[in-house]
Amino acid sequence: MDGILLSIRDLRTYFYTEDGIVKAVDGVSFDLRRGETLGIVGESGSGKSVANLSIMRLIPEPPGRIVSGEIIFDGEDLLALTPREMRRIRGKRISMVFQDPMTSLNPFMRISRQLMELTQLHLGHTKRQAYAHAIEMLERVGIPDARMRVDSYPHAFSGGMRQRVMIAMALACEPELLIADEPTTALDVTIQAQILELIKRLKRETGMSVILITHDLGVVAGMADRIIVMYAGKIFEIAPTAKLFATPANPYTKGLLRSVPDPARDAGRELYQIPGLPPDVARLPPGCPFAPRCALAQERCRREFPPFVQIAPDHHSLCHFATEVYAESVREKEAKGASDLNPL
Amino acid sequence: MWEAISSQNASSGSPKVPPSGDGRDLLLEIRDLRVHFDLGGGTLWDRITGGSPARRVVKAVDGVTLVVRSGETLGLVGESGCGKSTLGRAILRLIEPTGGQIIFRGRDLARLSREEMRRERRHLQMIFQDPYASLNPRLTVRDIIAEPLETFGLTRGLETEERVRDLMRKVGLSPRFIKRYPHEFSGGQRQRIGIARALALNPKLIVADEPISALDVSIQAQIMNLLKRLQREFDLTYLFISHDLRAVRYVSDRIAVMYLGKIVELAEARAIYEEPLMPYTKALISAVPVPDPTIELTRRRIVLEGDVPSPLDPPSGCRFRTRCPYAIAQCAEVVPPLVEIKPRHFAACIRISPDEPQIERVAAGEAPGLKRAS
Repeated sequence: MDGILLSIRDLRTYFYTEDGIVKAVDGVSFDLRRGETLGIVGESGSGKSVANLSIMRLIPEPPGRIVSGEIIFDGEDLLALTPREMRRIRGKRISMVFQDPMTSLNPFMRISRQLMELTQLHLGHTKRQAYAHAIEMLERVGIPDARMRVDSYPHAFSGGMRQRVMIAMALACEPELLIADEPTTALDVTIQAQILELIKRLKRETGMSVILITHDLGVVAGMADRIIVMYAGKIFEIAPTAKLFATPANPYTKGLLRSVPDPARDAGRELYQIPGLPPDVARLPPGCPFAPRCALAQERCRREFPPFVQIAPDHHSLCHFATEVYAESVREKEAKGASDLNPL
Repeated sequence: MWEAISSQNASSGSPKVPPSGDGRDLLLEIRDLRVHFDLGGGTLWDRITGGSPARRVVKAVDGVTLVVRSGETLGLVGESGCGKSTLGRAILRLIEPTGGQIIFRGRDLARLSREEMRRERRHLQMIFQDPYASLNPRLTVRDIIAEPLETFGLTRGLETEERVRDLMRKVGLSPRFIKRYPHEFSGGQRQRIGIARALALNPKLIVADEPISALDVSIQAQIMNLLKRLQREFDLTYLFISHDLRAVRYVSDRIAVMYLGKIVELAEARAIYEEPLMPYTKALISAVPVPDPTIELTRRRIVLEGDVPSPLDPPSGCRFRTRCPYAIAQCAEVVPPLVEIKPRHFAACIRISPDEPQIERVAAGEAPGLKRAS
């Protein structure tokens, strides 16, 4: 299908540690369409970052290894490429923005050089072209006085401005896919709003696809077309954004949604909380990894690994009781809709 | 009724403080508190040549007046660098205030000797953001929680042990783990250890500085519920410092909004969110992403231009004016006092008054902080 830019099939990325094998990503499959924004939500250890580092082939090896799977990008299996071939794709056709811009910017190099390097390498720009392009990119991401500031060092920029520089670098070669891993987590809310608006605008202008990784359901609600919820290295639920929020079919998704304080619902009440702790991925229980924390868990959940149930062609959930959970969400939604109509 | 409670009239007698309305007693009264950090002279060149060594001073907290009532939770919000953590620490004198008063249970903490302050700290405790950094990795849970008990000589021997177990149960930790070290716990559990330690001395006031920011989403709700439950059980008063506006709204009775060292708005939690007066508060609230796509796709977000200015060189007059969509020329000249605009709702903006609580718009293009439509 030509609408699909990236297709991941049964990706498994394991880490071999003293504590045993950590199955950070364990059988993840999804497609990403051209121009689509896909949100990946999960808590620490859910495998959301490792999945995306695997796409970039940036897994430190050892201890990590992509054990199996396919990552088909525009018809080509990235896992079959040589490191040299991969370098031609990374930074040019797929690029990444990280949480902490300081870890990805070279503190000893002027911003201009860091930006020029990219386009000289990937686009064959001359020095003059690359310099002009660097200024243009900084202007595009909203850095004031770009012409004057292009020769500064990273430390001269604030956190929000550094994140803009990172985005300028990521977009310098007009990639087809941008992977943004918690791009706003280290920033204040007003700056977060600026950066999210920026990513939205640049996506509109370039038509690129975006994978947005975050722990904040609020961030993906306004940005993503579809959402993947990950837990313990597995996809727990995947659905279009509106469906996932309105009618989740997985107890974990429901728990996450309900544990975010909502003033209209929670005023004066105890917040819904998911009991227990995120799982130790090196020591997962035999059945459903969420079973120890799940209010609906039955004997079967502790024994058997759950199936990936199709609720609708574009909505899947990893749960023995996915259909029941979905039906309950639909009932709740209808009840809520009715109460919205008759405010008594 | 204009009731200014900012630093402007502080020098001419003690500033007025909002009435405690609901009849709760005042536990803490902060008057014109200032915390300035002196970074020394100007540049190296200035020092060598002896030319105009303008001293560089960061006014992290600059004239804050606040009351905290017994049993309430006062939320303190603002972006990084606004001084909210410094204010929290200055109350416990973990950072020495430069000026002002901190009246706690009738005594001015700012004037106590170190020894007197040490004794007073029994009643004021702190919970920190990073449960990894705030617990001594070489001490067992027992020793961490018992330390304040032993320092103040409140319990001894088996009694201490029993009290530690009791505190562990209160915060939802199994006393079986009493001999374990911090690294054997997850982030949320470590935060529970920090909370147990803060509770050990039966404090009156707990300053919680970003207590949930470092935790996973599913754990944040657990800790918020725990803090609320403990508040009821032990009749605690909280100063809850956070940049997470959703969490602050959930736990707080009243909220103070800080910007560059000053309180710019103060009101009941509901009023701050539903009827914010200050342009800054409005922008801050509108910037918070809502986990509901139907709201996210339809609402209009106020996107502030630019960053928070450097506290070393804050703008003259109103400190927010460089990013404010409604700023006018006079904003550069007058430092706006915190004024009671509506009953129990205070704001610091010269464009707002009790008669005109809404700012009339200015023409686009005139305002330095107004975002042009893209």
